[in-house]
Amino acid sequence: MTDLLTLEGLTKAYPGVVANDDVSFAIAPGEIHALLGENGAGKSTLVKMIYGLVKPDSGRMQLHGAPFAPAEPRAARASGVAMVFQHFSLFEALTVAENVGLGMENPPPMRELSREIREVSHAYGLPLDPRRLVGDLSAGERQRVEIVRCLLQDPKLLIMDEPTSVLTPQEVEILFATLNKLKAEGTSILYISHKLEEIRALCDGATILRRGKVVGRCDPRQSTAAELAEMMVGSALHRPDRKPAAPGDVVLQVAGLTSEHVEAFGTRLQNVGFEVHAGEVLGIGGVAGNGQDELLSAISGETLGPSETVRLRGESIGHLAPNARRVRGLLAAPEERLGHAAAPDMSLTENAVLSGWQRQDLTQQGFVFWGKARGFAETIIKSFDVRTPGPGTAARALSGGNLQKFVIGREVLQRPDVLVVNQPTWGVDAAAAAAIRQALLDLAAGGAAVIVISQDLDELLEVSDRFAALNAGYLSAPRPAEGLTMEQIGLMLGGAHDMDVAHTDEAHKIKDSYEEHRP
Amino acid sequence: MDLSSINWLLLLASLMVAATPILLAGIGELVVERSGVLNLGVEGMMITGAISGFAISVNTGSVTLGFVSAALAGAALSLVFGLLTQFLLSNQVATGLALTLFGLGLSSLMGQGYVGIKGLNVPDLHLPLLSDIPILGPIFFQHDAMVYISILIVAGVWAMLKYTRAGLILRAVGENHDAAHALGYKVIRIRLMAIAFGGACAGLGGAYLSLVRVPQWTEGMTAGAGWIALALVVFASWKPWRVLIGAYLFGGLTVLQLNLQAAGMKIPVEYLAMSPYLITILVLVIMSSGRGRAALNAPAELGRSFHATA
Repeated sequence: MTDLLTLEGLTKAYPGVVANDDVSFAIAPGEIHALLGENGAGKSTLVKMIYGLVKPDSGRMQLHGAPFAPAEPRAARASGVAMVFQHFSLFEALTVAENVGLGMENPPPMRELSREIREVSHAYGLPLDPRRLVGDLSAGERQRVEIVRCLLQDPKLLIMDEPTSVLTPQEVEILFATLNKLKAEGTSILYISHKLEEIRALCDGATILRRGKVVGRCDPRQSTAAELAEMMVGSALHRPDRKPAAPGDVVLQVAGLTSEHVEAFGTRLQNVGFEVHAGEVLGIGGVAGNGQDELLSAISGETLGPSETVRLRGESIGHLAPNARRVRGLLAAPEERLGHAAAPDMSLTENAVLSGWQRQDLTQQGFVFWGKARGFAETIIKSFDVRTPGPGTAARALSGGNLQKFVIGREVLQRPDVLVVNQPTWGVDAAAAAAIRQALLDLAAGGAAVIVISQDLDELLEVSDRFAALNAGYLSAPRPAEGLTMEQIGLMLGGAHDMDVAHTDEAHKIKDSYEEHRP
Repeated sequence: MDLSSINWLLLLASLMVAATPILLAGIGELVVERSGVLNLGVEGMMITGAISGFAISVNTGSVTLGFVSAALAGAALSLVFGLLTQFLLSNQVATGLALTLFGLGLSSLMGQGYVGIKGLNVPDLHLPLLSDIPILGPIFFQHDAMVYISILIVAGVWAMLKYTRAGLILRAVGENHDAAHALGYKVIRIRLMAIAFGGACAGLGGAYLSLVRVPQWTEGMTAGAGWIALALVVFASWKPWRVLIGAYLFGGLTVLQLNLQAAGMKIPVEYLAMSPYLITILVLVIMSSGRGRAALNAPAELGRSFHATA
């Protein structure tokens, strides 16, 4: 049997970095092939070349044995290559049907298209209402829109870029059932991920990329997660240590938090309440867009509420602005590194002043002590191993992982009593992520209360003492994290989002029927 | 003040004529903004269209040629804006303001020899049967062709945005240019076409002032009509038919202001002159108190530069 797609010696360099260096591999028809690698390993660049968004500097591709060099995504789609993007390529203000139509070459009239969307989405266990606005859909449903858009074009090769990062465990199961059904129909899938367990459960073959080069090929079903991780990272991973400590007094109390006003397509918090003790890490899980940003800004003081909704050591601070809360020891690190946690075009020193001027005494009567500020920035850089030429560098110039280490370090070094972080390791390479988690654990061990909001459930299980789930603005009651299974967490997260039981059954049926036919 | 001295029939009849310049400029700007571009140079493009149309029509004796050249001049000027903002990634607000100032200066330079010359007479269409209807006839059916063409343009834009693939792509580009690019649409080319269409419409609107409404050339004759057109697009929450309603509303206010002045009204006219803006602000406040940006319907990428990254 000839391979569906072969890549030979693909190379792509950007100024200062070789994104892909002599990459070769092949995908057989009906194979689910994993492309495994850390952030920045060159996975995205590689699939963009296959999809025609980026032109390789050198190297060849063959599809069905014929030379394949798509000049633009349109050409790739015409050849049967479809792609589900990591950052959704959807239009919030347009309907599902319009979004699907935009991704097709010759879409049928809207009425016809709506009918097809309904049929295809039900057949694959991904029900969708074509008339709804995409902005009103959950992350899981949005991904369904992308998948259905691809399926309607009857692809030979489906590229999926980190598809599960926004899904609950139950949704992941349904997605896998769909992918297995596609595979049974002969569609090849190029599956990009850094989640090892998923790859071991789903994929037939794997190519591992590190710093743009292929560093290994394996059958993920025959390999352990540890072996895969070692190939991916290049060294054995350091797992954070935890020293069990008895929780101290309640430091932060949140009660009856309900957001009054939210941005368009935002989520309203519904009577959220919890307590955090000194020396404890509270993990708050949930798929993005379920109120995480709103919760962080309510605790940090970006949005103000009635004074009793947030209490720090018994003092009502719900009506206080962020600076007043910082003085009292409540610090926060929001999700968006560039533009929210740090001002992109300002230097690291200036960014350090913006957050730390009060607690580090960096100003007096409105004048900044620049020497002292630079010292503070240098301390952060040194103690958190931020790789940068110096504190004068603009925040924008740092890689995601380095900037995140700087942002977390900046808050941790101000010795907070309470620290709230949202997505502390999003888009950060594994080594930096481990360092950040260790810093958070050390902070808690030192007696601070830490709240970690994250989509990464593995991360939460690793760092938290107690776990709560945020779903559609509602926060579940926190439970001890020890002994929680993925399935229990999935149910806490609201199970399969907006998917009624019948459909879940349907998806299981599809999966079962496929498994029956398996030789 | 003597309100009975106002001829209400004449007032209503002149309403459509008074509204046509801002209607044309407004519907053009609507298309531009739907593609995600904010061009504040409407005033400059209008007045450049006004002098170009006037000069050409006086020299050739053809009103049609005047309108065509006004549209071309408006489009040409808008493409200067397009070049600066789409390829050189200059700030859209600053560039748009510069375009207005540039257009005002350019037009008075071009118009040196045309001050005081009387323009051509543009005939009114007397639509058979319809224009003979009492009352309604003079109000709706005894105007020149441009009045009806402007309504056709609104209908065309509405149908294009709602029913065609081109309209869907235009909206998609204004909604999320990165996603549109990832799907393989040519964001910059689409935006340039929208900008040129907006410029052509603004040019037509300006020419309508100098060829039909006034009809002669005076410096700065658009007198803020371009800004009203910009306010109109927001007032209409980016919907074509609401631009029509808004234009006739604002046009009506202009006519009323002139009539009240003539009738010796004691209220300073400045209140009526500012009313389009006040109404726009009021409508914005009422609409945005509801559900935020979704209710306003503003294109998500409005005013943001697109630069394709790898």
